[in-house]
Amino acid sequence: MIRLAGINKVYGTRSGPVHVLRDVNLSIEFGERVGILGRNGAGKSTLIRLISGAEFPTSGVIEREMSVSWPLAFGGAFQGSLTGYDNLRFICRIYGVDPEDKLAFVEEFSELGIYLREPVKSYSSGMRARLAFAVSMVIEFDCFLIDEIIAVGDTRFHEKCHQELFERRGDRAMIIVSHNADYIREHCTRAAVLADGELHHPANLDEAFDFYHHSMAAVA
Amino acid sequence: MEQQAQPGALPSLRQSWSIQRRVIWALVLREMLTRFGRHNIGFLWLFVEPMLFTLGVTALWTAAQAMHGSDLPIVAFAISGYSSVLLWRNMPARCIGALEPNLSLLFHRNVRPIDIYLARLLLEVAGATMSFVFLVMFFSFIGWLDMPEDVLQVAGGWVMLAWFGVGLALFLGGLSEVSEIVEKLWHPMSYLLFPLSGAAFLVSALPQQARDFVLWLPMVHGVEFLREGFFGSRITAYYDLTYMAIANLALTVLGLAQVSRVSRLVVPE
Repeated sequence: MIRLAGINKVYGTRSGPVHVLRDVNLSIEFGERVGILGRNGAGKSTLIRLISGAEFPTSGVIEREMSVSWPLAFGGAFQGSLTGYDNLRFICRIYGVDPEDKLAFVEEFSELGIYLREPVKSYSSGMRARLAFAVSMVIEFDCFLIDEIIAVGDTRFHEKCHQELFERRGDRAMIIVSHNADYIREHCTRAAVLADGELHHPANLDEAFDFYHHSMAAVA
Repeated sequence: MEQQAQPGALPSLRQSWSIQRRVIWALVLREMLTRFGRHNIGFLWLFVEPMLFTLGVTALWTAAQAMHGSDLPIVAFAISGYSSVLLWRNMPARCIGALEPNLSLLFHRNVRPIDIYLARLLLEVAGATMSFVFLVMFFSFIGWLDMPEDVLQVAGGWVMLAWFGVGLALFLGGLSEVSEIVEKLWHPMSYLLFPLSGAAFLVSALPQQARDFVLWLPMVHGVEFLREGFFGSRITAYYDLTYMAIANLALTVLGLAQVSRVSRLVVPE
């Protein structure tokens, strides 16, 4: 399982420290799918980076007893001046996977063709998302962290992602952050709501959506 | 996958070391691709570039004969001196601002800022060393330079200078993530340090007062030691390796502390 206890995150800004996350607690069991709802700027991506271990909390403890992916987001985790192939090789090397076995899968899944030999910075956001998703399916994890990656791309891409992630890897744990309640409803068994830096744990999905919509209304 | 610890267990030291080695190697390959590409001579630039620098300086110094104030062969003097400068001076230059182009890689938990610095340092040391060794062998082959009297001492001096460069690079690299002034100041600083670094003079050729002053600079000790290995009894070298080791150690500790501080602050992009 993964357990977050008493997580606080403070960023220093020009206008003084900003408390992005306050006393956040969360635990995820093996195989669970947890959605985290929040408006833009609520701190969802920060939370997911902390869970992944790419960033450290200002205070609090994070325990990981299963392997956790990097945050699967449509833009990140690539080096723009490298080609798609070189990024794939780099990521395979750092996770100790032989890249040559994976080329065929990435070619087929990403449908990027000759663009795999072009620098990633020349890709459109849809192309990046396809590459990002294909590469992240090359390394196996017990828990996948998904940061709105599937929000981009067309229907066909959505279907392929759905099949790879939720069907072929349906037994894995997942943490999905989104501002889209429908997406969370479709894929998660439990949801938490991030509002004003605090993570609320409503009793069930319906209460979570009510809470989320109320918090949106309160702001509007 | 081997990099994942057993449930509930922290990765052992051996596992951590194997992960770090893998990550640094992946970063080295990535650096070589982004810096040198696959065009023309590719990664050979790694040591061809410092070689061209050294050759140019050797040619200039040969043309201006008398500047080093001794009767030593100018080619050996220039190669030993300028290679040393390239060794310690390029490392900080490569580490200042090194994280920015690599921020997206920090999304991967196993890639830490120290790995990015170490990969770059490894490449710099490898490039400068290959260039130095190649030039010495080449010029000794064509008879313009006598092989060092004590190769081991030359290697020892080289290692001390490399250590100095690593410590300085980690410290300045780490600081540059907190303050932009570091990058601005490094250029004039490295420029001014070059004539003082012992590359272009022998300490014994200086008046006493100047000697006392330049010997505050750690790299001067390394260059003097290296030159003594090169020319043996033909020169009187001034150095205190203990002083240099203490300075190197202090820089390394400060550097590692600064890098670890930065690791906690940096936000992947």
